[in-house]
Amino acid sequence: MIDNMNFKIIVLAKQVPDTRNVGKNAMKADGTVNRSALPAIFNPEDLNALEQALRLKEAYPGSTVTLLTMGPGRAVEVLREGLFRGADNGYLLSDRAFAGADTLATSYALSMALRKIKDFDLIIGGRQAIDGDTAQVGPQVAEKLGISQITYAESIDKIENGKITVRRRLERGIETVVGKLPLVVTVNGTAAACRPRNAKFVQKYKYAITPSEQEKAAEELQPLYKNRPYLTLTELNVKDVDADINACGLSGSPTKVKAVQNIIFQAKENLKLDASNDAIEGLMKELIANHTIG
Amino acid sequence: MNNLFVYLEIEDGVVADVSLELLTKGRTLANTLGCHMEAIAAGSGLDKVGEQVLPYGVDVLHVFEDKRLFPYTSTPHTAIVVNLFKEEKPQIALMGATSLGRDLGPRVSSALGSGLTADCTSLEIGDHEDKRAKKNYTNLLYQIRPAFGGNIVATIVNPECRPQMATVREGVMKKEIADPNYPGKVVTHNVNDYVQETDFAIEVINRQMEKSEINIKDASIIIAGGYGVGSKENFQLLHNLADVLGGEVGASRAATDAGFTEDDRQIGQTGITVRPKLYIACGISGQIQHIAGMEESSIIISINTDENAPINAIADYVITGSIEEVLPKMITYYKKNTK
Repeated sequence: MIDNMNFKIIVLAKQVPDTRNVGKNAMKADGTVNRSALPAIFNPEDLNALEQALRLKEAYPGSTVTLLTMGPGRAVEVLREGLFRGADNGYLLSDRAFAGADTLATSYALSMALRKIKDFDLIIGGRQAIDGDTAQVGPQVAEKLGISQITYAESIDKIENGKITVRRRLERGIETVVGKLPLVVTVNGTAAACRPRNAKFVQKYKYAITPSEQEKAAEELQPLYKNRPYLTLTELNVKDVDADINACGLSGSPTKVKAVQNIIFQAKENLKLDASNDAIEGLMKELIANHTIG
Repeated sequence: MNNLFVYLEIEDGVVADVSLELLTKGRTLANTLGCHMEAIAAGSGLDKVGEQVLPYGVDVLHVFEDKRLFPYTSTPHTAIVVNLFKEEKPQIALMGATSLGRDLGPRVSSALGSGLTADCTSLEIGDHEDKRAKKNYTNLLYQIRPAFGGNIVATIVNPECRPQMATVREGVMKKEIADPNYPGKVVTHNVNDYVQETDFAIEVINRQMEKSEINIKDASIIIAGGYGVGSKENFQLLHNLADVLGGEVGASRAATDAGFTEDDRQIGQTGITVRPKLYIACGISGQIQHIAGMEESSIIISINTDENAPINAIADYVITGSIEEVLPKMITYYKKNTK
C-alpha cells in the first residue's frame, strides 16, 4: 500500500449561544431566556477540534481542513472564524427543513452532507456543544456513515499507515487508542486551545461569504467574488445533499419536548456577616456548638 | 419483551456506582410499569457481576464474556446492545452519562433510530398527549434534564420510537439494594452471534486508570469554589480549610472549565449532586446549574465579595468578603475554639 501522507480533514463546528455567561440580564422578567442577550460564538470544544485538525495539517503538508456547519445563514460566521485561524474552506448546511432537529436529525443531515462532500479521511468535532451538552452528534454521525469513532480525545498523536493514534481523557484516566481511517474523532475541552486568528488569513478571507450573501453584497464587491473563488463558501440545502425531508428537522426527531420549566429557587432568610474577626469567630463557634463541624 | 434495560459499566469485574444507581431507579420505574428489569454485562472477568447486580432487582442479566470486549471500545459494544435490543425490543434503555455511556448511547440510538436524552436529572413515568396528531400515549418515560446552561429544565418524551433511551450522571440517583435475595437469572450469550470480527476496529494500546480519590458525593462537609476564587493557587485556600474541617473540595463548572481544579470536583446539573450537612460556597455566583446540584445541603454558607450574588438567596449565612481574607480566619478560629 502506498502510504498517502496528506489527509482531507473535516471539522464539524456549531454556532452556539454563549450559555457559559448567563447573567441576570439573560433571563427576562417572565422567566424565559433572553436569547438576544447571549452572543453567538464558535462552540468552544469545536475550536479545540479545529486546533487538532490544524496541527495535523502542519504535520502532514498537503492536508486540508474543511469546516462543515449546520445552522441558519448567520452560522457562516463560524466558517469565517475558522478560515481566519487556518482552515482552507467551509460548507454551510442550511435549510428551513432542518429547524427543530434533535441530535438524531442533526446527525442525519450532517451525515448526508458528508456523503455529498465524500472525499474525507478524518472527521473531527468538539465533544459536545454548550447549548445542549449532549455529546451525541459525533458518535451518531459516525454510526450513520458506518465508520468508527474515538470520543473524548485530548490529542491526536500521529497518523501512520492509515491508522490514527489518539490519546483520550476519561473521567478516571487516560487511554491511547489506534484506529483505521476514516473515522470520527471528538475532542475534549481539555485539549490544546485553538490558535488565535492569523492576520494574514483575516485579510485573505474577511470577505468570504455564501452565494446568498453575495447577492445582497455591495456592487463594488462583486468583481472580488468573481476573481477570487476562495471567497465563495459553499451552501448546501436539503436537496443538495439528497436528504429525506421526513428525516430532517422536527419531523425527523424522535425526541419531543413535552414541557419546559424555568427554574426558580425559594429564597431563604439568611444571616449577613462581614469578614471581621469577631464575625468569623462567632460563626465558627456556632457551627462547632451545633455539631456541624468539629 | 418490552422490558427496561440497563447497560452496566464494569471495570476489573466491578460494576460502577453509576450503573447500580441506574438499577435502583430502573427497578422503581419497572415496578410502576409492571415490567421486568434486565441488565447487560459485556466484557471480561464477569463471573461476579451477577451477585453484585441481582440484589438491585435485576430479573435477567445478559452476560457477554469475551477478552476482546475489555477494555470497552465503541463498535463491538454497540453491536451487542443493538442486536440484543433487536431481539428483546425493550421499551426503556438506561446508561451512565459517563465517557463510556456517552460514547455508546448515541451510537446505539442512531443505529436503532430511537431518541436519546443525555444527562437526565430525573426520570418518571407519565402520559403524553400529542395535540397536533390527536394521539394519546400512556406510560412514557419522562426524561427530565436541564437545558440552556441549566436555566431551564426540559421534559423530553419519545412517543413513537423504542427503546426510550436516557443517560444519567453518576451521583444523581440514589443507590439502594431492592432485595439481597432477589431471584434474578443469568443468561450467557455467545458473543460471536452478536459481534463481527470487523467490529473490533479500534485497539486500546495503553490504558492508565486511577481509582478516583476525590469523593465529594459522600462528603459531609464541602468547601466549593467558583470562578471568583480566581486561580488554581487560590484553590489551595479551600483545600487548607477542607483539611482542617475534614471535608472535600468541590467546584462550580466555571471553576473547572477555567482549569482551577479537577473536573471530578464539579457540582451541579452537569456534575455531581451533593447533599452535605455543610456547604461553604466560595466565590460562587450561583448559576442555576450549580445551585440545582447543592441546594439540598443542610447549611449553606456563601462567601462572596458581591453581596448580591444570586447564591446568597439560598444561603443560611452570607459573608461579604474575599476568600483570601475569610478562609484563613475560619481556620484560625476553628482551631482556637476546638482547643
